[in-house]
Amino acid sequence: MKATETRERVVVRMAGDSGDGMQLAGSRFTDATAVFGNDLATLPDFPAEIRAPAGTVAGVSAFQIHFASRDILTPGDAPDVLVAMNPAALKANLGLMRRGATILVNEDAFSVRAVQKAGYKESPLEDGTLEGFTVKRVPMSSLTTRAVEGVDGASSRDAQKAKNLFALGLLSWLYDRPTEVTEKWVRAKFKGPVMEANLAAFRAGWSFGETSEMIDVQVKVARNTEVAPGTYRNLNGTEATALGLVAASIKSGLPLVFGAYPITPASDLLHALSRRQDLGVRTIQAEDEIAAASMALGAAFGGALGVTCTSGPGLDLKTETIGLAVMLELPMLIIDVQRAGPSTGMPTKTEQSDLLQALYGRHGESPLPVLASSSPGQSFEMVYEAVRIAVTYRTPVILLSDLFVANSSEPWKIPAASSLPAINPRFRTSPPGEDPFLPYARDDRLARPWAIPGTPGLAHRIGGLEKADGTGAISYDGPNHARMTELREAKVAGIEVPDVEVLGEVDADLLVLGWGSSYGTIRAGARRVRERGGRVATAHLHHLNPMPANLGEVLRSYERVLVPEMNSGQLAHELRAKYLVPVESYAKVQGQPLLPSEMENEIWQRLS
Amino acid sequence: MAATELTKADFQSDQETRWCPGCGDYAVLAAVQGFFPELGIPPERVVFVSGIGCAGRFAYYMDTYGMHGIHGRGPALATGLAAAREDLSIWVVTGDGDALSIGGNHLIHALRRNVPVKILLFNNQIYGLTKGQASPTSELGKVTKSTPFGSIDAPFNPISLALGAEATFVARTIDTDKQHLPMVLRAAAAHEGAALVEIYQNCPVFNDGAFDALRDKKRGEVNRIYLEHGEPIRNVTRDADGVLRIGGDGAPVIHDAHRADPSFAFELSRLSSSPDGPTPIGIFRDVARPVSGQELTHQLAQARAGADDSTLDAVLHAGDTWTIA
Repeated sequence: MKATETRERVVVRMAGDSGDGMQLAGSRFTDATAVFGNDLATLPDFPAEIRAPAGTVAGVSAFQIHFASRDILTPGDAPDVLVAMNPAALKANLGLMRRGATILVNEDAFSVRAVQKAGYKESPLEDGTLEGFTVKRVPMSSLTTRAVEGVDGASSRDAQKAKNLFALGLLSWLYDRPTEVTEKWVRAKFKGPVMEANLAAFRAGWSFGETSEMIDVQVKVARNTEVAPGTYRNLNGTEATALGLVAASIKSGLPLVFGAYPITPASDLLHALSRRQDLGVRTIQAEDEIAAASMALGAAFGGALGVTCTSGPGLDLKTETIGLAVMLELPMLIIDVQRAGPSTGMPTKTEQSDLLQALYGRHGESPLPVLASSSPGQSFEMVYEAVRIAVTYRTPVILLSDLFVANSSEPWKIPAASSLPAINPRFRTSPPGEDPFLPYARDDRLARPWAIPGTPGLAHRIGGLEKADGTGAISYDGPNHARMTELREAKVAGIEVPDVEVLGEVDADLLVLGWGSSYGTIRAGARRVRERGGRVATAHLHHLNPMPANLGEVLRSYERVLVPEMNSGQLAHELRAKYLVPVESYAKVQGQPLLPSEMENEIWQRLS
Repeated sequence: MAATELTKADFQSDQETRWCPGCGDYAVLAAVQGFFPELGIPPERVVFVSGIGCAGRFAYYMDTYGMHGIHGRGPALATGLAAAREDLSIWVVTGDGDALSIGGNHLIHALRRNVPVKILLFNNQIYGLTKGQASPTSELGKVTKSTPFGSIDAPFNPISLALGAEATFVARTIDTDKQHLPMVLRAAAAHEGAALVEIYQNCPVFNDGAFDALRDKKRGEVNRIYLEHGEPIRNVTRDADGVLRIGGDGAPVIHDAHRADPSFAFELSRLSSSPDGPTPIGIFRDVARPVSGQELTHQLAQARAGADDSTLDAVLHAGDTWTIA
């Protein structure tokens, strides 16, 4: 019997060549962990190249998971364990590790050639590079080969490809994960000798952990018992967004027409939705970003839920159509999965730098609501809310997500369909008595009627030219243009948005205000500070336009306000301009998410 | 509303038409409004989508549903509309700048997909609304405000372009031809997929007389080479080398618009490179090919019809879940 040790939380990082299947191993470990009942958060970190030269640092793909017996908010700071499948993986990730951490290496991969390809002069296993770390040298390739040898019909290539399952098996033993979840998945995913090879590799990894003297302690992380009752599933931000759109379509009765052009990291949403024909979802892979937006808007004119999705460079191209949607006052949703810019920037790295573009990046006075998703699971709620606002107020809405939210995963409490708020399209269906139909008449929310083709008596023409108030006829009249500008502005400004909630002591010395995907990090950093007696409050914005009505009052009630963002201070800029409050910006533009430890530091610096 | 009750007036909106006096657009508008009642489609089931340019205003003048969109994006807007609705008659009105320059990508892909929309391409070989710059169909050497020393860019042949984009219905007609224009529109309306109709349209202000060789009664009689399916093509022969020619003493050629292979239609489109001499007029190609989303839109509507809270609950709970009591 080996010794066991119980920990409250663990951060594991798996790294290998982009062809090594690290994302797959990571997501399988995640599922087993979720089913086991830990709270968790994950972060995939992969290169832009599909297959960068094998064995180079540029081609390293990594997956990080943080799991715990209590509520956690982020994929963690420094990993406790790194699995490095080759020298390049070690080199690319060693900087993230703290001294004392455990490093499991695939010893077989540390040939002279591989070591040099990774940019090391000598093998880091021998030259003292890893001094201060607990290094476990596991011959993963050869052990996998030996395990797969017994499988009828499996080739040496199958064995080579199965070593990620060996690593997964080893980690599964090390952290006492249930094996059935993974084995069931392997059986469903593969067939014949490949399935057998993967099962053999997985079991060999598990057995290695159980029997090898090299691995001396099994780590237990108890179930998280402080969880609200309910049924849960694990999902990432993309999956949550897809489900939210499907939910909005079913609840509103509006057919979902989704136009998109492939772009990292937004394409996954197109992939997810294109599989949902069973729910009546129509996806169109458009010829370009402009067409994708235009198709969504054309569909909206026809009475559909028109949605388009993109990332930074694509949002640039969609701008013209979004401006038309502002003018037409039709419901439409634009999802921007932000990545590091400008231009092509770093397509596989995260950033929050499209905020000002979303708010202001159109010519003319063209206001529209802007919302942001703050966590993978919360993306469901946010996209649903974005649709509700678009339909209720007849307006294009931009929903800001980012690569971090889109690709990270966490357990998500599944809501009951009946508990979701109603979305009522309120189509104008009958001619309004003897009066002529006024396409630009307004209700008490300043929303105009949505009369769709096929409705007798309501035929009308709309377009990008300025309209006469009420009738919608073309108008070049100055005072009318001023009136219409005001109406469009007032409609968006009048959207009902929930008040911003302050967490922590109301009379704290510092308020940390964030938006979007930094939600978990800010809360985790502040929680650590509070646990050590620091007086800090936090608040988070999900609505960026309009902002919550109480925000000005909240900002003014703190002596110091810190605004952390993965950009150069765009929200800070906006808050200063809007509320004349000297908020302090903490800006990070490294393509990586904020970390709880750096939040903690930044907060302490301002408290002392 | 029964078809017989519809009249031209049912398709005339109350907007004052604002094209220049003598513009060919008036003739096209009158022809469209005049022929629409015979389709028997109630005005509320018809949608006109347009882009920017003089032609873009067309949408305002039809008493149907209409969307005046943005420059070049008409086919993309219409594609989205067609994806959402299978029950509408969708028409796109565009010009040579709108369709072939800024919107070139959307045009070719709408044709490639065979989206069920009818695209009326008003070709006047000039930018009118922006006051007289060269367009992608302006002839080489053309002097305009933006090409004071003559255009150095070779023009598109819109028919060849559409055929290259796998269009299933491609036709050419003339704004003032009161018999031929409605005939082509009728055929386009009857076509199941995407239809492209190039309409030679005179711009009296910036490019007056560009089509006189065809529009003029006397010269037109000589220069118009009408294409009629199954009929010999007047004044066109195939020479001993197999090349299609205007005039010549080779073998007569019978028009076949339904040929699956587009190369015959393409040959016809190459007979003239500009409308200042003998030019084919009529339906170059009219073939059947699966229409984008035709079956799908219907299936999706049925999938949606049964979806309720219980459907949604099942979707949300799919896959690995766990319950905490």
